[in-house]
Amino acid sequence: MNASWNSVRDDFPILHQQINGKPLIYLDNAATAQKPKVVIDALSSFYLNDNANVHRGLHTLSMRSTNAYEGARKRIAEFISAESPEEIIFTRGTTESINLVAASFGGSKLKSGDVILLTEMEHHSNIVPWQLIAQKTGAKLKFVPVTGDEGLLNLDSLERLLTPEVKIFAFTHISNTLGTINPVVELCKKAKALGITTLIDAAQSIGHVPLSVKDIGCDFLCFSGHKMAGVTGIGVLYGKKSLLNAMPPWQGGGGMITMVDFETSTWKPSPERFEAGTPNYADAYALGVSCDYLDKLGRAQIAKHDAHLASLAYEALSKLPGIRIIGPKNNRSGLVSFAFKDVHAHDIVTFTDQDGIALRGGHHCNQPLMKKLGLTSTTRASFYVYNTESEIEVLVKSLSKILAFFS
Amino acid sequence: MSSDLTELYQQVILDHNRRPRNRGKLPQANRVAQGENPSCGDQCKVYLNVVGDRIADISFEGSGCAISQASASLMTTQLKGKTASEAEALYKNFHEIVTTGKQPEEISDVAAFAGVHAFPARIKCATLGWHAAMNALKNTEASATTESHTD
Repeated sequence: MNASWNSVRDDFPILHQQINGKPLIYLDNAATAQKPKVVIDALSSFYLNDNANVHRGLHTLSMRSTNAYEGARKRIAEFISAESPEEIIFTRGTTESINLVAASFGGSKLKSGDVILLTEMEHHSNIVPWQLIAQKTGAKLKFVPVTGDEGLLNLDSLERLLTPEVKIFAFTHISNTLGTINPVVELCKKAKALGITTLIDAAQSIGHVPLSVKDIGCDFLCFSGHKMAGVTGIGVLYGKKSLLNAMPPWQGGGGMITMVDFETSTWKPSPERFEAGTPNYADAYALGVSCDYLDKLGRAQIAKHDAHLASLAYEALSKLPGIRIIGPKNNRSGLVSFAFKDVHAHDIVTFTDQDGIALRGGHHCNQPLMKKLGLTSTTRASFYVYNTESEIEVLVKSLSKILAFFS
Repeated sequence: MSSDLTELYQQVILDHNRRPRNRGKLPQANRVAQGENPSCGDQCKVYLNVVGDRIADISFEGSGCAISQASASLMTTQLKGKTASEAEALYKNFHEIVTTGKQPEEISDVAAFAGVHAFPARIKCATLGWHAAMNALKNTEASATTESHTD
């Protein structure tokens, strides 16, 4: 751990408060992570000093703003090892990024009989946009099965499912419910061998593990800023330049055209083609600062820290009577989902909140997976850079108390 | 254990959660409605056998938290034998109890739900079964969803 870790909790002012008379223990990081002061200050300073609309501006503030926006694009390209900033499109978040690819790539490439291959562990945001485009184009959805409670992809079935009819294979890097880390390099390699385009939902991985699109070999990668110590309302679609420039726009407006006549228009190349209207330049700028913050801590160190807490939590939670933990025992990311037969997740979350602990209970936007596992909801504890071993002890004590109350 | 929590999880609620009354399908049902809470996945199906203007029999099926299951269970004991307008009045009364914390005028087990008002996020849990029952009573096809209600 480098020296930046010594003061990591001080970097997040929100943590220093009491909830229901107890110190806040924030374990809902898979839903959204807290933001370090340096990011909040950067956003505030941008609005206080530099704000103006980007592009085409000839005055000083507009140039500053444009530099901040395009600088962030460059920073993010570097953060994920993209070949060039033109491969980085700013969106509202992972969901919008997937919708963009489904509407533009899917809308122009898919036809009746084609297959969109997903997995059973996808978040609703990597299912519903594909359902919408499947309805329009006549393409079919197929799903790589999950093995059961251990929460791994069934790779034997994958071999059978990867057929020439598959036009796109979209899958999550890390499951938000199971904590499974999927073998993305292997999955992309298999798809690529058959000429199948790949899309990765990196919402749960981007702020937690070192990530290089070059090493992974994917065609598209989608993520949100707010789960990586960034602000809400900003996200990214990475796409290979050759693919992006062959795709039609998905929204029309200012900023994305080269020439507009009354009847027709022509499009700029990526990224402008996909960024109609005034972009969210201030939040994009702040996202660049989040990248700096995470690299200062070191993403390999973050992954190690998260995995350590997750394995500690897994061990300690396993000892609670009647607990069912879903997802793999080993090689899991920084989250643990669990259920009890007789105590519902919502009752747990209400109780733990009284002890200052923020957990999430519900279906985690994974209804099809939950149905498959015969669950209606789980309770999830998810960790980030500021969580500690002693917070896990408090969690386990709080849960023991709840189990005693309901027994 | 905070006093708000013990208010919320009173013995009446814990008892109905552990031993739900009138749970299961109702073979002679002539009205059915499904209640769903999309944000959390809680479900509650209410079966009514309405004879004339009266709820001759009632049952529920579902899965969810202690509050939603106990509320649906207690509701069935409250609504059995009531006319549609009596049922509606009981619903309005229950709604007021869970949203304001007001105690009922007469001594009643529904008083146990007054503690819910201190936990606004849980009001939807308490009203899920009631919404379904009111829909079943009106014989509307649409399933009740807590999302379209301000409570």
